[in-house]
Amino acid sequence: MTPPVYLAFLNGYAPPWQDVVAGGVREALARPVRAVPVQVDLAPAYAREREQYHATLILAALLRQVPEPGARILGITPFDLYIPVLTFVFGQSQLDGTGAVVSTHRLRPEYYGLPPDEGLTVERTIKEAVHELGHAFGLVHCPEYGCVMHASTYVEEVDLKGASYCGACLEELHVRRASAH
Amino acid sequence: MSARKILIVDDELSVRQSLREWFLEDGWAVTTAENGNAALQLMDDGPYDIVLLDLKMPGMDGITVQKRIRELDKDACVIILTAFASVETAVEALKLGAFDYVTKPVDPDDLSNLVRNALRQRELTEENVRLKEKVSELAQASPIVGDSPKMQRVFEMIRTVAETDSTVVIRGESGTGKELIARSIHAQSKRRFFPIVAVNAGSIPESLLESELFGHEKGAFTGAQYRRKGKIELAHGGTLLLDEIGDVTPKMQIDLLRVLETKRFTRLGGNQEIVSDFRLVCATHKNLEQLVEAGTFREDLYYRINVFSIEVPPLRERADDIMPLARFFVAKYARAMGKPERAVSPEAERLLVQYRWPGNVRELENAIERAMVIGSGETIHSDDLPLHVENGGAVEPVARSLAAVEKEHITRVLDDLDGNVSQAAKVLGIDRATLYNKIKRYGVRRGQ
Repeated sequence: MTPPVYLAFLNGYAPPWQDVVAGGVREALARPVRAVPVQVDLAPAYAREREQYHATLILAALLRQVPEPGARILGITPFDLYIPVLTFVFGQSQLDGTGAVVSTHRLRPEYYGLPPDEGLTVERTIKEAVHELGHAFGLVHCPEYGCVMHASTYVEEVDLKGASYCGACLEELHVRRASAH
Repeated sequence: MSARKILIVDDELSVRQSLREWFLEDGWAVTTAENGNAALQLMDDGPYDIVLLDLKMPGMDGITVQKRIRELDKDACVIILTAFASVETAVEALKLGAFDYVTKPVDPDDLSNLVRNALRQRELTEENVRLKEKVSELAQASPIVGDSPKMQRVFEMIRTVAETDSTVVIRGESGTGKELIARSIHAQSKRRFFPIVAVNAGSIPESLLESELFGHEKGAFTGAQYRRKGKIELAHGGTLLLDEIGDVTPKMQIDLLRVLETKRFTRLGGNQEIVSDFRLVCATHKNLEQLVEAGTFREDLYYRINVFSIEVPPLRERADDIMPLARFFVAKYARAMGKPERAVSPEAERLLVQYRWPGNVRELENAIERAMVIGSGETIHSDDLPLHVENGGAVEPVARSLAAVEKEHITRVLDDLDGNVSQAAKVLGIDRATLYNKIKRYGVRRGQ
C-alpha cells in the first residue's frame, strides 16, 4: 500500500480550507493525502531580529514527527519563513527526502496590500505544497512555465503556473516511484 | 546534458546548507567549501560554472581567494556574497573581475536573476570562443577543386563517411590537400556546428604536443601560469584533426589510444577526468602499414584509427584537374591582390599540365601566386612560371640517365648561385676541379 502524504497544519493553524488543499495535493500526486494537526517547538526557529522563522529548523523538528516509514510530511504554517542567506522563502524541502514546509504568509493577497481572497490563497497554497512535495519526491525545478515545479521567487510567478506536474515531471515521478518499489 | 556546477564558499554552515538546498532544487551540482583554502583545492580539481564567494571569512579573506581563483581559472565567474557593511570591499572585488555582488540576506528573486545572468554570460563567453573558432575555420575554408574521376571518387567517400562518426585516415603526399578533405568531412557531418580543431603532430615536440592535446593545469610545468584547455577538450562536440599521425612518438601513441578508447583524459598536472566527445580525423603522408611493420607505429592504434581510409591522389595522377585548379588560384590571387584575372597562355598551360608537381596542389598554388605577382599584362606566359616549371622539370620523361639528371641539377645549382662555381661545388659536395670537369663534360651553360 502506498504510504500517505501528511499535510501537517502546525501549532493550531486550522484554516477552514484544509480539506480543499488536501484534495488538490491528492489530485496532483495521485497518492493518499491526510490533513493532520501537528505540534512542534517553533521557539528555536524564531529569529527575533528578522521576525521570521528559520525554515530549516522547522523542517528538522517536523521530521521527528513522521508517523510511519515511507510517508512524506509537509508542514503548513502561517508564519513567514526564511533561510539564512535569503530574505524569505515560500517553502523548503528535503530534496528526495521525507519532509517539506510551506508558509502561507506571503501567499495571502493581504500581504501585498490587496483585499483578502481566500480562493487565491488556497490555490497558491496547493501549488506551493505540490511544488515542495515534488522536491521531496526527488524533482528539481522545471523549465516549463506552466509546470508546478517551475521555480517561483515571487508570488506572481506562483499565479502563472498550474497546480499540476508537466508530462516530463510526471514521467520522472513514475520512474522514481517504480524504482523505489 | 550534465548539471551545471556551482561552488559555494562561506564560513557559516547555515549559509552553505541553505544555498546548497536552494541550488540543488534548481538542478545544480553543488559543492561547498568552508574557507578559502578548501575552495582553492576544489577549484584546482576542476572548473565550476559559478563560484559564490563570501567576502568575510577567517583565514584567507574573500578578495585574496578571488585573486587566487582567477589565477587558477581566468574565466571563473565569481559572485560575491557580502554583508552590507563591506560593500566597499565588494566594489574592490568587482574591479578584480567579479561578475557581481549581493548583500546578505538576498532576495530570492535577485539571487535567481543574478545566477541566471552570470550563467548566461558564461554561456555567451563559451559560445563566443566557439564562434571565433568557427569564423576562423570558415575564413580558412577553401573549396576542393577537382573534376577528375579520381577526385569524384574522393568526394563520394567524403559524403559517405561524413554521415558516420567513424575515425578517418586521410592519406596522400604532401600538398595534396588532406586538411581540406578533413574540413570538408567535418563541414558535412552532424558535428559541423561545433569546432574542428587541428593539431600538426609532426611539427611539435612530444612534450609540447602532450600539453597541446591534453591541456594542463596551472603549475603543471615551468611556464604553465594558467590552466589551459587542450585541443581534445576544445574539440568536444566537434572534430579533432590530427595531422601527420605517422610522426607521433610511441608514448603519445599509447596516450592517444587510451583517449580514443575511453574518450576520457586528464590535463597535465591534473587528476580530474575530463570527458570529450570528439570525432577523430587523421592525416598522413606516410605509409602506416609500413610503419606498423617496422614496429614504429602501434598496431592497436593503427586498427583503432584506420576505420575508414581516404587516399588523396597526387596532382600528377589527375592532370584533368590542373587547369581548373590553376584558374581557381588565378581568380583567388587576383581578388587578394586587387588585380584583374589573367588568362593562361597555351604555352604556359602546356607546361603546367606536363609538369609532374612533386609538391602537388600546394606547389601549383605557389607557382600561380608567383606568376600573379611578377607577371604583367592580361596573360600568364611561360616565363612567369617558376624556373623549374618553365624549364619543363616535368617535360623530361621519368626514365632518364643519371648523367642527364646530374647535368640538370648542376645547371640549377649554378643558376641559383649566379654561376659561382666555388659555392656550387660546396653545395654539391664535390671539389671545384670535379665540378669544372662536369661542366665541361656536360656542356653546361647558365640559364640552360
